[in-house]
This record gives sequence, structure tokens and C-alpha cells, in this order.
Amino acid sequence: MSTVIFISIIMTVVGASTPILLAALGELIVEKSGVLNLGVEGMMLVGAVSAVAVVSITGFGLLGVLAAMIAGAGASMIFACLTLTLTANQVATGLALTIFGVGLSSLMGESYVGTTVDILGPIFPSALSDHPWLRVVFGYSPLVYFSFVMTFAVAWFLKRSRVGLILRAVGENGQSAHSIGYSVIGIRYMAIAFGGAMAGAGGSFYSLVLTPMWAEQLTAGRGWIALALVVFAAWRPVRLLFGAYLFGVVMTLELHAKAAGFALVAPEFLAAMPYLATIVVLALISLRKSTGLQAPACLGQPFRPTA
Amino acid sequence: MSGFTTLTRRHVLATGAAAATLPLIGRKASAQSTVRAAFVYIGPIGDHGWTYAHEQGRLAAINRFGDALETTIVENVAEGPDSERVIRRLAEEGNNIIFTTSFGYMNPTLKVAKRFKDVLFEHATGYQRSPNVATYNARFYEGRAICGTIAGHMSTSGVAGYIASFPIPEVVMGINAFTLAARRVNPDFKTNVLWVSSWYDPAKEADAAKALIDQGADIIAQHTDSPAALQACEQRGLMAFGQAWDMSSFAPTAHLTAIANHWGVYYADRIQQVIDGTWSSGDTWWGLKEGMIEMTPYSSRVPADVQAAANATRDGIISGSAPAFAGPITDQAGVERATTSQALNDGDLHSMDWYVEGVQA
Repeated sequence: MSTVIFISIIMTVVGASTPILLAALGELIVEKSGVLNLGVEGMMLVGAVSAVAVVSITGFGLLGVLAAMIAGAGASMIFACLTLTLTANQVATGLALTIFGVGLSSLMGESYVGTTVDILGPIFPSALSDHPWLRVVFGYSPLVYFSFVMTFAVAWFLKRSRVGLILRAVGENGQSAHSIGYSVIGIRYMAIAFGGAMAGAGGSFYSLVLTPMWAEQLTAGRGWIALALVVFAAWRPVRLLFGAYLFGVVMTLELHAKAAGFALVAPEFLAAMPYLATIVVLALISLRKSTGLQAPACLGQPFRPTA
Repeated sequence: MSGFTTLTRRHVLATGAAAATLPLIGRKASAQSTVRAAFVYIGPIGDHGWTYAHEQGRLAAINRFGDALETTIVENVAEGPDSERVIRRLAEEGNNIIFTTSFGYMNPTLKVAKRFKDVLFEHATGYQRSPNVATYNARFYEGRAICGTIAGHMSTSGVAGYIASFPIPEVVMGINAFTLAARRVNPDFKTNVLWVSSWYDPAKEADAAKALIDQGADIIAQHTDSPAALQACEQRGLMAFGQAWDMSSFAPTAHLTAIANHWGVYYADRIQQVIDGTWSSGDTWWGLKEGMIEMTPYSSRVPADVQAAANATRDGIISGSAPAFAGPITDQAGVERATTSQALNDGDLHSMDWYVEGVQA
């Protein structure tokens, strides 16, 4: 295999992995705070369409990403309001958010169907980003570097920062955190907003970088892969990074292998791989008792302060 | 990708009355003269491809019948049990004729049709009929032959990439027609086929295009529904063909031409038959001749002599003097499937499960 093709494959893998990594990082924080938000797909779509709208008006790609993050966070606030303030069922509300996001994004995007926007291209000068092999490091959209920075920022936040500790406490035992004076609801609101913003950023990667346009259901179910990824990574940010790239390799390599004339396994099997892998990890979690692999204890439970 | 997309269908009730506010002069005011037609779509109407083309067909029918036609659409209906529920509900709601526009709706359509003998059903791209289920399809492969002629002339590497959804006869005959036409121009031409196991997944289609380009393809054809592959070609400065509708707005430079599906010709014809009371089941397979398939204007990038060659392919198909599957045809294994004086007939095409020489699939 020539170097050119190899580099091209790596770059395609990065493209496939980045948006699910971004969305999954957000969901990881949400779940660490004890909330399960199944609306990732919907928030990604709302973010994707907002990005296209803002870029086609202003012409600034980064402004589009910002708009996607605000829109994603905005959509997540509907979920937060329903599940935290009104203590609605999180699973049902999350599913509703996805359905709502699909509909809302197609409504918002109606006037943008058929238009393209400028690609949010590499940030480095073309001497680096177009270089035959240096581009494997420098040839990406700013969102790719952002996803790496955020992975380590989230890891540091959860493990080393005081606020991260409080967030984990809220996710493990909301009543205890409440009894020593932390605002469980407030912290969960912020976590959900962060999750929405990251999902929006992930969505904007589709509409600004991979396929710089708006088409209905542009993300084609990647939000569910991001959700699976959080479980696959057992709620650990650095493992999430590896998981995202593993899923990206599976999704991409299949195409390249077939284009080169190798039929490895049935394409349907490869398409099911991320979900199968997640089921295997779930099975492992329930077998092993080590705390590192456990889901946050309060995951999915509504919080009603007692006394 | 996930079962949850089945929850996302939306209902849009578009009444002909609202669409065309015509003055009520000379209108035959009887409830029976209004036909209620429903359309079941596999994707969103905003896909700018397959479903979008059907939607344009519906709008064309509304345009023609105005007040006499009332339509309902349901988007994003997954093939399988979910589609059966949707089709049954549309039949219960009193629609006179229901168009189900994807291959996988075949069994659900037949099942519902058995229960509702008074409702007429039209299933696109299927092959099973009953007294109240007709089938219809377009001869997409005729358009593919024109694309193949252009590709044979314009590809410098002599390798085309072909993004394909599922290996059903309709897709296989498209690949073959494309390759045959290209090899008449360039006998060494090769078509590298990549199956993506989806009709609509923009990110995957874009990745598939890139993978094919990396393997030497400099022109991309697709049998999937989004314009993502065209964009990938635009970014790399290569060439591509649009699918189902003009996609040049997504890739002004790369887009050479597109095979546009004009379903409206058929929809108007069938709805007229419902109004006249002359509807009967049957199989309709229209193409360039009837106007169900049409090439969108060639890009200025296509030189005049190539445009002339493409038009010659088109005219030969329309007149019948040079059908898309005129012999000689040799398959991948070297077996002769048609001699010089033969052409494949419709039966051969409907059961096509082999590839012509030059296809790498």
C-alpha cells in the first residue's frame, strides 16, 4: 500500500472518529452527573443545521461551530427542564428530544437544502496542511484538534479538579451530595448544557467539514454510536478517545478494504460492530466488580431532594 | 443505522385545495371527483435525491389536478413492519390510491392490499402484483448508459468508482449499463463498485467516494441518494454524476450531468385513470422515451464531441436502434450473455445477478 493511500485512510479515520468523540465526551459528562440523555442524535442535528445557517449568513466557519454549540446546548435545556425540574422520565424524554431534533432541524434547514457552505478546512498554512505526509498531522479542521484538547480537559476535570469531584459525587449519590450542600439540580443542568454543546459541535463537524452542506438527517444515526461509545469506554475519557478511533477504523477500513478488492467480512457485520462491541463491554461490566468499570450509581434516576 | 429513525416520520397534509387556490369556475362540485392519493417515502423529502424526486412528482400531479386531488405524504418510513402500519393507516383513512416508493415496501403493500380491496396501490421498483397492486419503475439504466458514455470519454485513469447500495437487480443493471457503455468508448474501462449497505448515509457515501478515489477512480457514479459523494469529488477536483435530481448546486465543477427521475408523468397518468375509473393493475417500466428519465443539462466541462456522443447514446435508446443492453455482452467469467445481433430483454434485466466484463464488485 502506498504512503499516499495510507495517509488518506488515516485522515478518513480521523474524520469518522472526531464527531462521535466530540458528542460522546459531552454525553460522558452528562452521564457522570447521573443523567442519561438519549437525545444526542437530535442535538447533533440541531447543531449541524445551525452551523450551516450561520456560516451561510456570516461566512465564518468558527462562528458556525459556536452557533452549533449554543443550539445544541439550547436543545439540551428542554431536556434538562423536563427531567430535572419536572422530574420526567429521562429515557422517554431523551428519545423525544431526538425525535424533536430530527423534526426541528429539517424545519430549520428547509431553506438551506441544496446549498453548500465553505468547508471548515485546515487551520495550518497550506505548506503544512497540503504537504504529502505532514498533512497527516497538520491537515485537519480545528474541530479535530479541539476534540483532542477536550478529551484531556475532560479527563483532567473529572480526575483532578474540585468541581469534577463534586460532579462525580452528584452522579454517584445525589442525596449525599445534596445533604452536604451541593446543588444537585444546578450541577446537572450545567452538565447537560455541556453535553448539548459538545453534541452540537459534533453535528457541526458533519455539516461543515465532512459534507459541507445541509441535508435532512445528515448524521444518519451517529448520535447512537456516540451513546454506545460512552458505555464502551466505561465512562473514562481517555478510553473514550481510543474507542472513538476504534469505531472510526471499523467504519472506514471496511470501505477502503472493499475498494481495494478485499472482502474481509460481510459489510452488515462491520456496520453492527460498534453495537456488538458495546454489548460485549456491558456484559464485561456486569461480570467484573472492579469500580473502574461501573456506571455512575445514580445514572438515569430522577433527583427529588428529601427534606 | 438504528431502529429509532422509524419514530421520526412526520405527517404533512398537503391539500390540493390549499396548493392551488383556483377560482371555482366550471368545477364539477361532487365529493367523488376528488381523488385522495397518499405517498409513502423511504427518506426525507429534503434528501435532494430519490425521495425529493418523488416529491417533485407529487407536486407535478397537484399542479395538474388542483382541487380534484388531495394528497398525504409520510416521510422516513422504515422498510418492514413499520411501513405496514403506515400503509394500513393510510388505507383506513380513506385514500383512494397509495404510492409506496421503495423496494422494501413490497410485502407490506401486498399484505395491506389484501385487506383493502377498494384501495388501489402502486408499488415502486417491485415485481409482485395483485388485482389492486400495480408496480412501476423507471429505466434508470438508460440514464446510466449515457453516464457511461461520458465516463468512457472523460476518465483519464479509465477507472470509475461506483457507490452502490444493495445488490438487487435494479442496482446491478445500472452498474452493467454504465460499464458496457463506457467500454464501448474505452475497451479497457473498469468500474470499481463499493457497496455501502445503505440508501442514505451522507458521511459514509463521502468516505466511500474517497476510498474509491484513493484506488484510482477519477469519476464517481452512485446509486445512493445523497450528494455527499459529489462534494468529495468537488474537493478533490474530480468528476461525478448526480443521482435522481440535478445536484450541480452541491458540486458546480464536478457535476457533469444527473439522471433525473420524473415520476410526475406517471403519477398524473395513474391519478387520471382513477378519476376516469379505468385504473387496472399492471407493470409500468418507462424510461427516456416516455420522459420518466431525463438527463439534466450537461456541464460546460463536457466537451461538445462528448455531449454529441452522449446524445447519440440517448437517441439510440429512445429509437430502439441501440438499446443499452445491445450485444455483444460478456460477463465477468467470460461467458457470452448476448451475441452481436442480440439484446437483453426485460426478463433478463429483471433477474440480472451477474456483472459484465470490467466490473470489479
